Amino acid sequence: MAFLLRRLGFYALSAFVAVTVNFFLPRLMPGDPAVALFSRFQGRLAPEAMVALRESFGLSGGSLVSQYGRYLAHLAQGDLGVSVAYFPAPVGSLLAHALPWTVLLAGSSLAVSFTLGTALGVLVAWRRDSVLDRFLPGFLTFIGAFPYFFVALAAVYLFGYQLRVLPVGNAYGADVAPSWSFAFARDVAAHGLLPLATLVVTSCGGWVLTMRSSLVGVLGSEHVRMALARGIPRWRVMLFYAARTAILPSVTSLGMAIGFVVGGSLLTEVVFSYPGQGYLLVQAVRAQDYALMQGIFLLITLSVLAGNFLVDALTVWLDPRTREADS
Amino acid sequence: MSSPLDFLTRGPLGEALRRDRRARFGLAIVALFALMALVGPTLFGDADAPVARPLEPPSAAHWLGTTGQGQDVLAQLVVGARSTLAVGLSVGAAVVAIGALVGVTAGYLGGSADFLLSQLINVLLVLPGLPLAVVVAAYLPSGPATVVAVLTLTGWPWNARVFRAQALALRSRDWVAAAVVSGESHGAIVVRYLLPTMTSLLVTQLIGSTVYAIGAEVGLEFLGIGDVSRVTWGTALYWAANDSALLTGAWWTFVPPGLCIALVAFALVLLSSAFDEATNPGLRTERHWRLALGAHAPPPASPTPVVPHG
Repeated sequence: MAFLLRRLGFYALSAFVAVTVNFFLPRLMPGDPAVALFSRFQGRLAPEAMVALRESFGLSGGSLVSQYGRYLAHLAQGDLGVSVAYFPAPVGSLLAHALPWTVLLAGSSLAVSFTLGTALGVLVAWRRDSVLDRFLPGFLTFIGAFPYFFVALAAVYLFGYQLRVLPVGNAYGADVAPSWSFAFARDVAAHGLLPLATLVVTSCGGWVLTMRSSLVGVLGSEHVRMALARGIPRWRVMLFYAARTAILPSVTSLGMAIGFVVGGSLLTEVVFSYPGQGYLLVQAVRAQDYALMQGIFLLITLSVLAGNFLVDALTVWLDPRTREADS
Repeated sequence: MSSPLDFLTRGPLGEALRRDRRARFGLAIVALFALMALVGPTLFGDADAPVARPLEPPSAAHWLGTTGQGQDVLAQLVVGARSTLAVGLSVGAAVVAIGALVGVTAGYLGGSADFLLSQLINVLLVLPGLPLAVVVAAYLPSGPATVVAVLTLTGWPWNARVFRAQALALRSRDWVAAAVVSGESHGAIVVRYLLPTMTSLLVTQLIGSTVYAIGAEVGLEFLGIGDVSRVTWGTALYWAANDSALLTGAWWTFVPPGLCIALVAFALVLLSSAFDEATNPGLRTERHWRLALGAHAPPPASPTPVVPHG
């Protein structure tokens, strides 16, 4: 328990850093959101509106400390300001609509990629010297060298243009309404399949290599040889004695991987016009919509922190040493 | 006699190149692209100018076809190599330099200095890099300098963690204690005693960080961060996606830059892992042992011959 509490404290600190960075960025950096919005409505805003704009962004009025206080108060109410790109929609509601899609895409691709990659890693470690083991690691390293979104571009070209077998763009078709029905779920799955597959293809190589090298190390250890000597079937030893121990490095890097997968998923969303955070992020960059950008940064950071905490809980469950350290 | 290319035949890199086919392949690819980056822009001149109708397929006149704005894809590819690789290498060098200094300092000093620096490193590591880079970049003037700055900001903590671990392992050695006793300052011990012992780690981290930097740079440019009017591999992909080249079947606008990025990254990874194995015998895989032992391996067991009695 002490381990988890300590981690919780660390994530609270990280969240505080993110929130504070978010506050200081517009105040310390050369760019100015009010100027950006002002120039967007060229000539249609009176110069006096500039003052009001700066005030509405919370960029003026009172000392830095009181601005920070107001910023925190607004944040606590989920008030992240007003979007410029989707004026006058509040940033909070835009984010709320986009969040489920990103969580769905990033979460499912991480789960599939981890499971598939780790299973493949066990397989190649089990069949060392096979053709599979000779070529798979090199091949996966090569595939992993491609940028996430490049594979997505290739998939759009191949399946969306050449073969026309799967829908590309958006999260569900224009002819179905969101509901808890089978038809809608099937449509969402069809639209999500390609983005998911491209993410899995580019990211699963790392899991294969991590699991393979860890498992090869564990296979030489005493407890595995002992189990084999006792006459326990090889596959049982492999799965319940060796893989059980060897999976720990993979689980530890799962936390680090969350940030990367989210980054990759943002870019993949852009390619597929998938209506998640990444798609919003591009609209925000194009329109110089600072409030929206910062809201996305904050929300993604908090989600990644939450994901990391889940991984920590998983580590405690898998690795007795983290529990022993407490007592 | 020493020549500038001595490093290719001597030391761990030379050993890796002699022993490992992957290292030779990696070095050849990297050298090819380095040459492209050096002479490319002078060979092709202005790659931004429209030369033919938009989205023409590859032909004898334009080997890789034309972009959505009628520019020559091959010219853009060759010219774009310089900016792409220069940004990648600058970020790689910067994150290793900062990461090594901060990490080694933290690991060497220990105590509360290490605690504070480690907390900083860990917090930055857990913040998602891409959204942070985008948000910071949005406030800066667009261009390569901004891309280098934001990627350095988000990339150095990885290196700091690796170098800190290395310094922790070294700090209790006798020669470090001897340097302390002889009155060397902390700064001198970090820079003149500890860092020089880590050259092989510095090289592998530099290669790894450059791979990270190229991928992240291309990702940022694809989002439209950075200057989309400059010719780089990332902006080539940005325009390929935004000129609806995909849905008109113009594969030649996005396959060449993507392939180049992947080739450079793959070649660097091969080079790095071969170098790593040459400098760090503990990492040598059993494959190498089997290669080394192959000639002396015992012959396959055969059944004991049964001599029939007459």
